[in-house]
Amino acid sequence: MTRAFRRLLPHPFLTLILAVVWTLLQNEISAGMVVFGIILGIIIPLMTLIWWPDTPKGFRLGKMVSYSFMVIWDILVANVEVAWIVLTVPNSKLKPAWIVVPLELRQPEAITVLAGTITLTPGTVSADLSDEGHSLLVHVLHTSDADAVRDEIKTRYERRLLEIFS
Amino acid sequence: MTAQILAIYAVALSLLIGSGFVLVGVIGLLKFDDPMTRLHAPTKVGTVGIGMLLLASMINSFRMGDTSIHEILIMAFLFVTAPISAHFIAKVGIHHRACETPPSPPRDETWSTLKSPEPDQGTEPTAQG
Repeated sequence: MTRAFRRLLPHPFLTLILAVVWTLLQNEISAGMVVFGIILGIIIPLMTLIWWPDTPKGFRLGKMVSYSFMVIWDILVANVEVAWIVLTVPNSKLKPAWIVVPLELRQPEAITVLAGTITLTPGTVSADLSDEGHSLLVHVLHTSDADAVRDEIKTRYERRLLEIFS
Repeated sequence: MTAQILAIYAVALSLLIGSGFVLVGVIGLLKFDDPMTRLHAPTKVGTVGIGMLLLASMINSFRMGDTSIHEILIMAFLFVTAPISAHFIAKVGIHHRACETPPSPPRDETWSTLKSPEPDQGTEPTAQG
């Protein structure tokens, strides 16, 4: 039974996302469109199966939702901070810095989510990954204590992602 | 009737906040002088700016009585794609040495952008005859 389920839905989350996106694209919820979205959500993952070799294992959806809300809140707060820096700090007093975040995450999906989170929260941009994927290069707009920023990224985001993708 | 008026005020307020943030993003783009610091202003402030403009559009469509949820989708795609374009611009900046060269990573050899391709892979077509 589970094997048949796996054959039909190799990527259940992708199926769910495709169905939801299709329904949202219609801009109105009708039963026919939901069914058509589910059909697309089943067909598209099957057709693109060879490009998705691994399924991320042990993904915790509930924790991901709470993580998303935390990130959205951080984006709102930090946007105001960056706007303040842009308007008040002159170029000569700006202290940009490169920081290197050593990664404990190993899964590509988890590292992608972390890099995206770092870029979306204002004040930091993830710029590059080391060639073996063990550290992430982050650019900070204005900081006097680069180590504190690194520790905050590690404790606030990476620790939670380790729980989500465990 | 009061709900209508409240909705109009909400639309106006979100439009004001959104355009304010977009304006700050543009000021940042013009003001900063280094490619990496320039990257910060538009990619970040833009997300909330555009988010508030989309929120205004949503509230207005609900006020007019026909629901529109496309905006959630726009927001989702924006949040997924914005970091990737920022990442690529940063990579180009590092590659061209347009900015300060970053410190080398502690454990691995170098940053993937700066890594020079290995010559003897045999994947590139060789010049023949």
